[in-house]
Amino acid sequence: MRKAIAVVLSLGLVRGMLVGMAGAGAGMGVTVLLRAALGLSAWNPGPVVAIGTITGVLAYLAGLGAFSYWIRWALVAEPSKEGERHRYGWTRYLCVDINHKVIGIQYMATSILVIMVAGALALIFRIELSTPGRTIMGPGLYNRFMSLHGISMVAATLIGVSGLMNYLLPLMIGARDMAFPRLNALSYWLIPPAVVLLLTSQAAGGFDTGWTAYPPLSIKAPLGMQLMLTAFYLVGLSSILGGINFLTTIFKLRAPGMSFFRMPIFVWATLATALLQIVFTQFIGMVLIMLLLERLLGLGFFDPAREGNVLLFQHFFWFYSHPAVYIFVLPGLGVISEIVPVFSRKPLFGYKAVAISTLGIAVGGTMVWGHHMFAAGMEPYLRIPIMMTTLLVAVPTGVKIFSWLATMWMGKLKLDTPLLFAMTSIAVFLVGGLTGIPLAIVATDLDLTDTYWVVGHFHHTIFGGFVFPLMAAIYYWFPKVTGKFLNERLGKLHWGIMTVGFFTSYLPYFWLGLNGMRRRVYDYDPGLQPMHLVATVGGFMIGLGFLLLLSNLLVSAWRGARAPANPWHAQTLEWQVTSPPPEDNFPLPPQVVGSPYSYGVPGSVHALMPPGGAGEDGGKEAT
Amino acid sequence: MAVIAHTAHKDKLAIHRLGLWLFIISDSFLFLGLLFSRFYLQGVRRPPEINQPLGLAISIVLILSSLAAYRGETAAAYGDIKRFRRNILLTLGLGALFLVGVGLEWSEAFRSFPPSTGYGTIFFTLTGFHAFHVVTGLLALTVALLPGQRARLQEGNSWGVEAVVKYWHFVDVAWVFIFPTLYLVS
Ligand code: HEM
Ligand SMILES: [Cu+2]
Repeated sequence: MRKAIAVVLSLGLVRGMLVGMAGAGAGMGVTVLLRAALGLSAWNPGPVVAIGTITGVLAYLAGLGAFSYWIRWALVAEPSKEGERHRYGWTRYLCVDINHKVIGIQYMATSILVIMVAGALALIFRIELSTPGRTIMGPGLYNRFMSLHGISMVAATLIGVSGLMNYLLPLMIGARDMAFPRLNALSYWLIPPAVVLLLTSQAAGGFDTGWTAYPPLSIKAPLGMQLMLTAFYLVGLSSILGGINFLTTIFKLRAPGMSFFRMPIFVWATLATALLQIVFTQFIGMVLIMLLLERLLGLGFFDPAREGNVLLFQHFFWFYSHPAVYIFVLPGLGVISEIVPVFSRKPLFGYKAVAISTLGIAVGGTMVWGHHMFAAGMEPYLRIPIMMTTLLVAVPTGVKIFSWLATMWMGKLKLDTPLLFAMTSIAVFLVGGLTGIPLAIVATDLDLTDTYWVVGHFHHTIFGGFVFPLMAAIYYWFPKVTGKFLNERLGKLHWGIMTVGFFTSYLPYFWLGLNGMRRRVYDYDPGLQPMHLVATVGGFMIGLGFLLLLSNLLVSAWRGARAPANPWHAQTLEWQVTSPPPEDNFPLPPQVVGSPYSYGVPGSVHALMPPGGAGEDGGKEAT
Repeated sequence: MAVIAHTAHKDKLAIHRLGLWLFIISDSFLFLGLLFSRFYLQGVRRPPEINQPLGLAISIVLILSSLAAYRGETAAAYGDIKRFRRNILLTLGLGALFLVGVGLEWSEAFRSFPPSTGYGTIFFTLTGFHAFHVVTGLLALTVALLPGQRARLQEGNSWGVEAVVKYWHFVDVAWVFIFPTLYLVS
């Protein structure tokens, strides 16, 4: 018994949460006492909880041990690294661990968990939408669930792409770890308190603003809003620190011979994503703090009576959030570019164009934020230029689609689950892109904005750019991560149900939007019901797909077939080491000598591996 | 072996430098956003009550502190620990003096344009964000004086000092943009 308690307390997560709760309690207590001493009303939830959140998060990080090394670094010349890498087995995933592969798994598990919760919420409010009028909940609860679904999914996506990049980036460029492993751990450990805050927001009245948190609604919303804003802030902070780490790693830790144009496309995608993360996340962080200042201290940024302007919020919100959608999808598009050539046994078509288009999307995507504000009374002279830039971003995106299709064209397609999911991604993303065009054109957007057309559009882009690529990535890299295969038959079933479910659920949204269904309302005209019912059925099929994935993960991790080092005969570096990869990835750096995608070119290799490793042939193509 | 260790150390320094620069670049976008908000909401309006002489005085204090920090960094690079300590302590003192100046500024501003007014919103937010950076800078400078960094200086590793001082210069430069934006334009 004693021993069990000791083991549980040795888990950083448990310790952190306990100390964090104590810290939050102490912070709130001191604030209440101070306020009483100053003669203010002792219990004013806003400021008291704000202070409690700050002390709580700091105490949690300290209790977790996220600062231990840096404190030692401040005090002694050569701080010991004890307690950083000593754990093996499952417990290391619940502690501060500085190995990028552990951190990658931590991100992925958290992301999938949040997707499950937010997805369950979506299914609950899809039930509400299956009949007009009240079905199972009233408008207030509907708005809260819808808002929590939106922001949680956005957070889960940010967490998920961080997970993919964390696990894969160092392996793909032949590095032993990230440039700043401890900062990397800190970036991850900012996430759990954000998740906790999002969930507790529901006990504090929730928030009903949608994920966008526009003032003045978000100024008036209950305390739960404040918790959501702090949660969003923490996720943003994590994203910025992660971006700094990814960029430094790419610039400084590439293996010998890996010039920029020998990097896998996923690495290019990481580069572009990280640039967006470090530049644009600052704006959302700032504007979230402005909201908090207005709520807590009565500043007047967004209050017209005091020379404020709500458009300031919208500008900054979208100045981040449009580039953020590229943070969501660029890594996923990178995954597709990894998988398609391997399963087509052909070089990636137009490698250089794809690499540049990745940066092109990121750069072009910075000038288009105003397309979310055509109907908001935005400065009219911005309309036409923003419409043009938005349409222009379609060009580099089209480059990617054509590259995938041309790569598959006349290839020896091997229809395994990763490729199947990649193909679904391409189809879904294409529909998402095409349905975006009428939203980019001012005249048609004024009619479609705030309808289910928009809801359909962004679910297509995000499923096509993140969720389906994530599924493809899981089936593709699971053997690398665990040394075991996922069950292929279950995988194909999962793919079939999710693909059919997705289109069943979301194609009706376009029809609904055209026929006047507004977004963010729980009620509608009875004539719309048949399509809503279809959408709900499709939604449950997607949910079933997720359950199949979950069971496949569990069963295969337990008794899946053993996977060799390079089961798909891929050339990129992560496949040239054992499955799962060694603790330090590459004890000796590989020597990169060629393109990562020369599939089908006899005798081609991407890298020469130092002797003694698992994949000594470097994924050489058969001659 | 010695050669390997040496290059590893040099690589590490380059990595740390790049990381710090990326952090600074990232953070400067925060200030860019704040400056933009000032012009978006207030145009070039400026209340007549704003205390320009005081603003100028604290600007000079902050610039002097950067000079002291620079001297401290150079001393650290040459391993002159006594001069390093003296200059960093001076930086700390000037930084604290700057904060006192901001405090005076705030107590005046509270009377003429409190945070609940249009200009007050901007003024307190910009100076507040900046003051927060100054506080973190002071904390970082203090860490550079702790035994860990001193021991590393004796081994010829002055990266910790360099990083802190770079950050301090950044905070200083941010003020160089904020000062005219709040106190001078009209
Ligand atoms: C089973 C899967 C899903 C279903 C059934 C579903 C359903 C919905 C529906 C019906 C809405 C519109 C609610 C309204 O406007 O009243 C919505 C909003 C939203 N969903 Fe989903 N969704 C699913 C998955 C996802 C995923 C995977 C993401 C992102 C990664 C996501 C992100 C969002 C966002 C950002 C909103 C906007 C919320 C707002 O209007 O503020 N959803 N979802
Ligand atoms: Cu957009």
